[in-house]
Amino acid sequence: MSRAVLYDSTLCVGCRQCEEACSTRWKLPYNEKIAAEEVISSHKLTAIRTHGERFSRKMCMHCQDPACASVCPVGALHRTAEGPVVYEEDRCMGCRYCMAACAFQVPTYEWDARLPKVRKCDMCADRTRSGGVTRCSEACPAGASLTGGRDELIAEARKRIREKPGEYYPRIYGIEEVGGTAVLMLGAVPFEQLGFSKNVPKQALPALTWNALAHVPDVVVMGSVLMGGVYWISHRREEVAKEEGRP
Amino acid sequence: MIRFRSIFWPAVFALTMAGGAWAAFLRFYYGLGASTHLTDQFPWGLWIGFDVLCGVGLAAGGFTLAAIVHIFNIKTYKPIVRPAILTAFLGYLLVVVALMFDLGRPYRIWHPLIMWNPRSVMFEVGWCVMLYTTVLFLEFLPLVFEKFKLSKAQRILKFFMLPIVILGVILSTLHQSSLGSLFLIMPHKLHPLWYSPLLPVLFYVSAIATGLAMTIFESWHSARAFNRQLEYPLIKRLTRVLAVSIAVYMTMRFLDLYHRGALATLDTPGIERWLFGLETVLMAVPMLMFFRERTRENPTAVYIGVVMFLLGFVTHRLNVSVTGLEASSGVSYVPKWTELAVTLAIVAGGFFIFRLAAKHLPVFGEEEPEEAPTLPVLSGEACQPVLSRGD
Ligand code: SF4
Ligand code: SF4
Ligand code: SF4
Repeated sequence: MSRAVLYDSTLCVGCRQCEEACSTRWKLPYNEKIAAEEVISSHKLTAIRTHGERFSRKMCMHCQDPACASVCPVGALHRTAEGPVVYEEDRCMGCRYCMAACAFQVPTYEWDARLPKVRKCDMCADRTRSGGVTRCSEACPAGASLTGGRDELIAEARKRIREKPGEYYPRIYGIEEVGGTAVLMLGAVPFEQLGFSKNVPKQALPALTWNALAHVPDVVVMGSVLMGGVYWISHRREEVAKEEGRP
Repeated sequence: MIRFRSIFWPAVFALTMAGGAWAAFLRFYYGLGASTHLTDQFPWGLWIGFDVLCGVGLAAGGFTLAAIVHIFNIKTYKPIVRPAILTAFLGYLLVVVALMFDLGRPYRIWHPLIMWNPRSVMFEVGWCVMLYTTVLFLEFLPLVFEKFKLSKAQRILKFFMLPIVILGVILSTLHQSSLGSLFLIMPHKLHPLWYSPLLPVLFYVSAIATGLAMTIFESWHSARAFNRQLEYPLIKRLTRVLAVSIAVYMTMRFLDLYHRGALATLDTPGIERWLFGLETVLMAVPMLMFFRERTRENPTAVYIGVVMFLLGFVTHRLNVSVTGLEASSGVSYVPKWTELAVTLAIVAGGFFIFRLAAKHLPVFGEEEPEEAPTLPVLSGEACQPVLSRGD
């Protein structure tokens, strides 16, 4: 059963309890100055952003077919069976391709460290793995961040939209985005107005590179045959000359 | 005047290297944040865009000429294979040096050897670059063997040369194109003037043209540096091939832009259309020049054209990897002086080592004559006068 998080912007009161809980979990410093930073960074893995009266939340979307995991040359990122996309810092060599590839600009880097690592939300994998609830969900006093099964949360989100059509923009962010994510968002207005990028593709991204990579074995086989063949043809004249004893 | 000139270049070189060393210290002591303008929004900059992407492309002459001479058996070009292979070998070594600067944990550069992810383009590029650098080393070894008169080793290596060359061509085909595939995962980030499903093919074809251009470029320079006769009839013929390869590339590029409807974005104001214009002019002008008999007759004109084309190539690679990504990232990236200092030092180091190698190794010498193995060879020593003709 794939785990998921549903964030409902209409319920969020902007108290930033989720931020603080997350920082505690990662043993990261948290104070007023950090609370005021409305972007995620290597020392703040989730951020509440203000848009006038409304709030939105930024965290890793935990894509079902994550671009970050597909591009990592050493497999330092992978999606677990339960849904969370996790990072193994011992493998990472710091190429930062995951950051370049993520459609949501989620992975962040410890730019100031001499031996840096990538930082990103892991959906509290240690807790969610055994069916638990994320720290941020647990800390939320307004019930704006729920943890649960993805199908149940989608059903719940649909129900909310159906029951209070006036309060919701009738779409769930995360159902189609990059082929589906485990983090789902609800809002009162179109998601562009909540700081989410409009042109995030609807299909899963790893297929795009796979289209090219899948040709590698063919290129190797065809290339060898072609080069060998050309060599055979182009050196034929010399062979003949040699056999006939001509220079 | 003469004294001034003899001091000027060594002084420039020493300053560049000193700047690079200081920047290297800042990079490895204080980390990437202090030594670059990279951010979470813009994780790749000059070191990836220029040092790695352009570096690999500029070193493409090695496989192009190896294929022309050893596989297609067009012997006319034989005298310029060695300089091309030397350039390529140095080029790849320098790319690895640049990577060591850019990787957050350079000492883990070997990780892809044992930690596999075959779905990753970078995994494939890493393997290909590693294997191809080994191939280039093997292709470069004959120069060393010849210099030290190791004719036995020379003959053994020669026996394996064909599979080595074929392997080199295949590996190059794979990673030259895969460098383009790296950006296939960013359809929403890369500007439509540069994002295309054809990126791998475009990268491959432009790398071939660039390999040829670099060969002309370095022949011209080493002719001056070593007071040698420029292999001009050869260069003239190569210029024709170069003109055609640029034409093939440009045609593909514009057909692709046309079919994707990307040319319509030229109406939108912004820096992108000017960069696109720059890139196009820097490639189209030399192409038209090379198609004219009068240009090909004039070494200076050929040289100017080649430099323009190389700049056009660099502009394209930087547009794909840096400037074309800026608009969507929401930040603007200008390299920090340390990034430039490291890059300049790497380029200067490349020139310096090339000169050193060209001076001491039989780079411009003849290879042993083709008939050598069929001649009655009495002993290893008998070959030596022939083998060392290069010096
Ligand atoms: S949002 Fe980005 S970092 Fe998170 S799983 Fe998806 S691709 Fe990876
Ligand atoms: S930075 Fe680390 S985790 Fe990200 S792609 Fe590179 S090796 Fe993988
Ligand atoms: S799921 Fe865990 S790691 Fe992710 S934002 Fe919430 S508390 Fe932080």
